[in-house]
Amino acid sequence: MYQAIVIGSSAGGLHAVKTVITGLPQTFQTPILIVQHLSPHSDNFMARYLNQLTHLQVKEADEKEPVRPGHVYIAPPNFHLLVEEDYSLSLSVEEKVNYARPSIDVLFETAAMAYGPRLIGLLLTGANNDGARGIESIKAAGGTTIAQDPKTAESPIMPLAAIATGKVDHTVPLEELADFLTKICVKP
Amino acid sequence: MYNNINEDNNLNLVQNIETEALLNAIYQRYGYDFRDYNKAHVKRRILHRVAHTGLKSISQLMHKVLHEDQFFDLILRDLSINVTEMYRDPSFYAVMRKEVIPILKTYPYLKVWHAGCATGEEVYSFAILLQEEGLYERTQLYATDFNPLVLDTAKKGIYPINRIKDYTTNYQMSGGINSFSDYYVARYDSVILDQSLKKNIVFAEHNLVTDSVFAETNLIICRNVLIYFNKELQNRVVKLFTDSLVKGGYLGLGSKENLMFTEVFDQYQVVDGKEKVYKKKVV
Ligand SMILES: C[S@@+](CC[C@H](N)C(=O)[O-])C[C@H]1O[C@@H](n2cnc3c(N)ncnc32)[C@H](O)[C@@H]1O
Repeated sequence: MYQAIVIGSSAGGLHAVKTVITGLPQTFQTPILIVQHLSPHSDNFMARYLNQLTHLQVKEADEKEPVRPGHVYIAPPNFHLLVEEDYSLSLSVEEKVNYARPSIDVLFETAAMAYGPRLIGLLLTGANNDGARGIESIKAAGGTTIAQDPKTAESPIMPLAAIATGKVDHTVPLEELADFLTKICVKP
Repeated sequence: MYNNINEDNNLNLVQNIETEALLNAIYQRYGYDFRDYNKAHVKRRILHRVAHTGLKSISQLMHKVLHEDQFFDLILRDLSINVTEMYRDPSFYAVMRKEVIPILKTYPYLKVWHAGCATGEEVYSFAILLQEEGLYERTQLYATDFNPLVLDTAKKGIYPINRIKDYTTNYQMSGGINSFSDYYVARYDSVILDQSLKKNIVFAEHNLVTDSVFAETNLIICRNVLIYFNKELQNRVVKLFTDSLVKGGYLGLGSKENLMFTEVFDQYQVVDGKEKVYKKKVV
């Protein structure tokens, strides 16, 4: 049974994240943690926007917040999001990683340490290399890795960089990602 | 496949044991106590240092840390996160100006403590605000950090010129009433902040984990430091602040830090929930 899903997304990501999240069934329990690259000055618009479109609870991640089922957490602009081994969230203002804060690698690496094999890592559209190392960490810890099919990505560079690591288990078109996650997360 | 996973779980376990041993060693050898910092953060930074140095394990790193003082400076830097800027979160300073300064003006003499001041941008930002509000001359500012290397930079008050554009925007958004360029002179690729800003600032080493209260203060600003501490340590440190503040004194935290989940919350009233500005109750 998977305990969490981490999603990394950049250019074109709002649409991609929305497509995945709104495609999940109401009963979807596995918690989801998202890093979406945004301008450092943006507010928590994304969480509010997505929260109106789904039955899942979408919110901006708070520090020390326990990761709960049925929730979707979005990294706040200008903070890195990390997962602790007691499955709570923490934030950091440290240097940008891959020119990004929040950085996908930071979330993926710490989530891999916390969840080990019970983690799914999904990398969506984007025009940079953030997340590729994170995918490797998830794979090395025994987790499952997915890339959005680059052909369906507004900006294919990020999923392509992930695939180039050789550590991606599944490449899935955008429109099928929600069903795919549902299939592997919900016990038959 | 399963073997691999077991090996990985073992590796994680071993790394946790090693991290704990390293933090104990650092505490005993150098007196810096990171044992109650957020684990994910500490472990990630340490593993990156291991990889960067070309070492194989945290145990090897521990050997170097114990035997090479200079190597420890690197680790201190890795774990202390000194990233800062002038007028970070301009809206915080706007609230200070609007809600806190008018009350502080009623005091004949003030003490302000910037805890975790890093390279000093925050305390100089506040010093400018105090000058503009006519309060600087009667204020003593303490700017403290546990990392002596960043304090050296802070004391100089010289910063790279390439940040000035952002700082100018921040300054204006924070409600600054002059031209930001009044406060510095440019020299090559640096700016030198006005000397008059330094006059009432004392820079000093102070460790929030291991040192105690050193002054009675009217305002404490401690931003983006508590996010690195676990709950227990957060509680200990906000108690320290509560002991230091006069009745009716103010506390300003970082935008993602919250007094609400700490044990001292009922001793405060919320001045601005979004900007995390609190006032210690009088009774
Ligand atoms: C991210 S910086 C925050 C700087 C500034 N307050 C701001 O918000 O821009 C965190 C600072 O806290 C300092 N720090 C961390 N642990 C500390 C401790 N135990 N005692 C004192 N300072 C500490 C670090 O050295 C670093 O300079």
